Amino acid sequence: MTVEKKIGPTLLKVDNISLSFGGVKALTNISFEIREHEILAIIGPNGAGKSSMLNCINGFYHPQEGTITFRGQARKQMRPHEAASQGIARTFQNIALFKGMSTLDNIMTGRLLKMKAGLLSSAIYKGPAEREQIEHREYCERIIDFLEIQAIRKVPVGRLPYGLQKRVELARALAAEPTLLLLDEPMAGMNLEEKQDMCRFILDVNDEFGTTICLIEHDMGVVMDISDRVVVLDYGRKIGDGAPDEVKNNQAVIDAYLGVQH
Amino acid sequence: MSETSAMPDGRDPLGRDTIPKFIAYNAQHRRDRPAMREKDLGIWQSWTWGEVADKVRLLACGLAAMGFKRGDKLAIIGDNRPELYWTLAATQALGAIPVPIYQDSVADEVQYVIDHAEARFALAENQEQVDKLISIKDRLPKLEMIIFSDPRGMRHYDQPYLGDLEKLMANGEAYSRAHPNFFDEEMAKGKGSDISLICYTSGTTGRPKGVMLSHDNVVRSARLAIDFDKINETDEILAYLPIAWVGDNFISYAEAAIAGFCVNCPESADTVLQDLREVGPTYFFAPPRIFENLLTTVMIRMEDASSLKRGMFHYFIGVAKRVGRRILERKPVSLTDRLLYALGDLLVYGPLKNVLGMSRLRLAYTAGEAIGPDIFDFFRALGINLKQLYGQTECTVYLCMHTDTDVNPDTVGPPAPGVELKIDPTSGEVLYRSPGVFVGYYKNDEATAETKTPEGWVHTGDAGVFTDAGHLRIIDRAKDVGRLTDGSLFAPKYVENKLKFFPHIKEAVAFGDKRDYAAAFINIDLAAVGSWAERNGIAYTSYSDLAGRPEVYDLVKGCIEKVNRDLSSDSSMAASQIKRFLILHKELDADDGELTRTRKVRRRIIAERYGELIEALYSDRDSIAVEAKITFEDGRTGTFKANLKVATAETYATMRKAG
Repeated sequence: MTVEKKIGPTLLKVDNISLSFGGVKALTNISFEIREHEILAIIGPNGAGKSSMLNCINGFYHPQEGTITFRGQARKQMRPHEAASQGIARTFQNIALFKGMSTLDNIMTGRLLKMKAGLLSSAIYKGPAEREQIEHREYCERIIDFLEIQAIRKVPVGRLPYGLQKRVELARALAAEPTLLLLDEPMAGMNLEEKQDMCRFILDVNDEFGTTICLIEHDMGVVMDISDRVVVLDYGRKIGDGAPDEVKNNQAVIDAYLGVQH
Repeated sequence: MSETSAMPDGRDPLGRDTIPKFIAYNAQHRRDRPAMREKDLGIWQSWTWGEVADKVRLLACGLAAMGFKRGDKLAIIGDNRPELYWTLAATQALGAIPVPIYQDSVADEVQYVIDHAEARFALAENQEQVDKLISIKDRLPKLEMIIFSDPRGMRHYDQPYLGDLEKLMANGEAYSRAHPNFFDEEMAKGKGSDISLICYTSGTTGRPKGVMLSHDNVVRSARLAIDFDKINETDEILAYLPIAWVGDNFISYAEAAIAGFCVNCPESADTVLQDLREVGPTYFFAPPRIFENLLTTVMIRMEDASSLKRGMFHYFIGVAKRVGRRILERKPVSLTDRLLYALGDLLVYGPLKNVLGMSRLRLAYTAGEAIGPDIFDFFRALGINLKQLYGQTECTVYLCMHTDTDVNPDTVGPPAPGVELKIDPTSGEVLYRSPGVFVGYYKNDEATAETKTPEGWVHTGDAGVFTDAGHLRIIDRAKDVGRLTDGSLFAPKYVENKLKFFPHIKEAVAFGDKRDYAAAFINIDLAAVGSWAERNGIAYTSYSDLAGRPEVYDLVKGCIEKVNRDLSSDSSMAASQIKRFLILHKELDADDGELTRTRKVRRRIIAERYGELIEALYSDRDSIAVEAKITFEDGRTGTFKANLKVATAETYATMRKAG
């Protein structure tokens, strides 16, 4: 079913971002914007600066130059938890879950910023803390249902296969009810079937929750299929930006991927 | 219990002759007892018989408001969800006929059934099934309406022929207010001789056939089975087998409504084992492979347990194997053994049954395929009343059932109450007459005439023999029983089953009819052989790589030689020893048409597709190149190339059993 998506105004604007680690320039003068409700893919060869870009957006790295404007609010130095409380959630390239905790508990940690009960009422538990717990559990259960991971609800995450761990990580990010969801290679290392499932989930999240998604991905088939817009980075510079088809035919992009003939 | 037993022919003394009438009865007499449960957001939700009857009434009225009427057909496709069972009842209450379809059927198969059944309406569980139906809608002119029960992902669907089950019920509410007596009147019009259900059999050959069962068939068979096993309203079951399979319809729908017990629907197909543990059913039906998987899982987990636990487990399982069955069958056992068994129950069997969700189980059946005697004895030794049942769709599920005290893993038990059996002396085929004998195949009188004799005897297509104890033993499909060139009897399934009882062998296909010797294809079990390979330090990359390992060939050869030794002790089967075999590079799969949806081997298709491989088994080559077409889960196809080894196994001279 293809339906015209309502792509809204700019949600996040990246303006002339430059980031360097000592003498290494990771990002140079990058500007692009993410619009509400869209799926934006950031692609590029290895070392192009894609993950660095995500890390700048959610406050892991602090770019030396340029500004990031999120929901009309410009910011320069921001810590990851501030980004999280503003509604930016993410998953990681190499899974960062609590391996010894169950799937459900991992997802519940995603609700942490939404929990209001204090130390005392949590210790007493009966009353407000319990009500809050039930509310959050219900939200998490909806996500579990949504991502079809009921069967592993109580399994320690460390025992799960890789593809499922990725799904749990997505669930945890969703538990934070993000406005902007950053996915760092959500399909890396998956087999075809797992990839298809993940694609479907990403599209469903975008559709059902209206979440804006910015993802990094290497599988071109996936990128071209699911994203509304694609930004291409190469050696820390932006070399392409536009609809999937435009980008596919962009000479600079083809050169970056296939190498230039001399 | 307020219920009186059924009359000897299975008829109901209160004159209830359709399932909706039993549901209405339950709504009055056990209004607040749980009828159904389903897990939602991690919590079990339940519906009482009163609530179920209300839902059925609203659904029936909703369907009627859409113009659905007596004699129409409604296709149902999806997992075991309460709404699907309610719709089944609503359809029958209107005098219409439900046609359940296997939820994992591909679009082509679904199209055939809906087209053949001339269904006007279809109920699809979710987006996945709706997409399947939409993709074939153009080719189904008679299908007017697709109703979905789970609205997730359906927001952007704007096809005019799509309907939401919730809305249907809301319409039903209005319709029911406008026509207050409509539902009761329609339900009262239903007669026992009306068609209650059309079940399409998976069919090992050709297109599926629509088996028409009347209300009488279902109600009378169910009543007799309920009396036979003393099933009552306090029983609990887990409905996890396909709704399209007559057995699930019989147990989770008919028996549940008649006996008034509670049906639990699993949260998803993946959570069945967990749900089983949480629900703790008292009555459980599973094909042999489920028991096999459970046993394999237990054994693999025990290999990894600490040596103390492992020692305790093996010691007490030994005790259970020695005396467990005798205790279960109330036969004399020495006091020491009784005490040891009680201790074992405390330390091993109890906790194990709890983990398997079998703590409360008092009645378990297995059917569909032969079950390995080891597996069967294991569960009985634990004190689980596991029995075999034999039957088919055409007889409304059962013909033979073990009684609680006379159980033999090699047989399927004596004929059940109300069933007459005879064996054709020339072909060895089993024939029957029973209250469950189907009305006919839908729109296929020719096939009906072939199956049903004018005197009412029905051909099962299975070859069997009666044992001295009066039990029936099934040896193979009658048409598959062949002869080797030296004239000796060859029943491929008999040999295959013996092979499949080894945990390392998942599937086997034996050849031998009109050949000089017997030979077989083997499918290894990835979980069991994978774990074996891991323990023995054998590295592999994929299924086909593992299947081709020389170590795996040796392992399988060992299994085959054990079977051969076993066969050699039985003079009538000694010629069926497997001389040559090969391990297939891929798993036989229903999606490739090599197995039926119920995982039975389709011999004709395998013979066509693997003709070259079969010839290799009967040549002196020791390897053969294959190029196979494979269908992936997503429907795409690809080709696969490999070199398969053909190996020779030891055969043994016929021996006489000592003693």
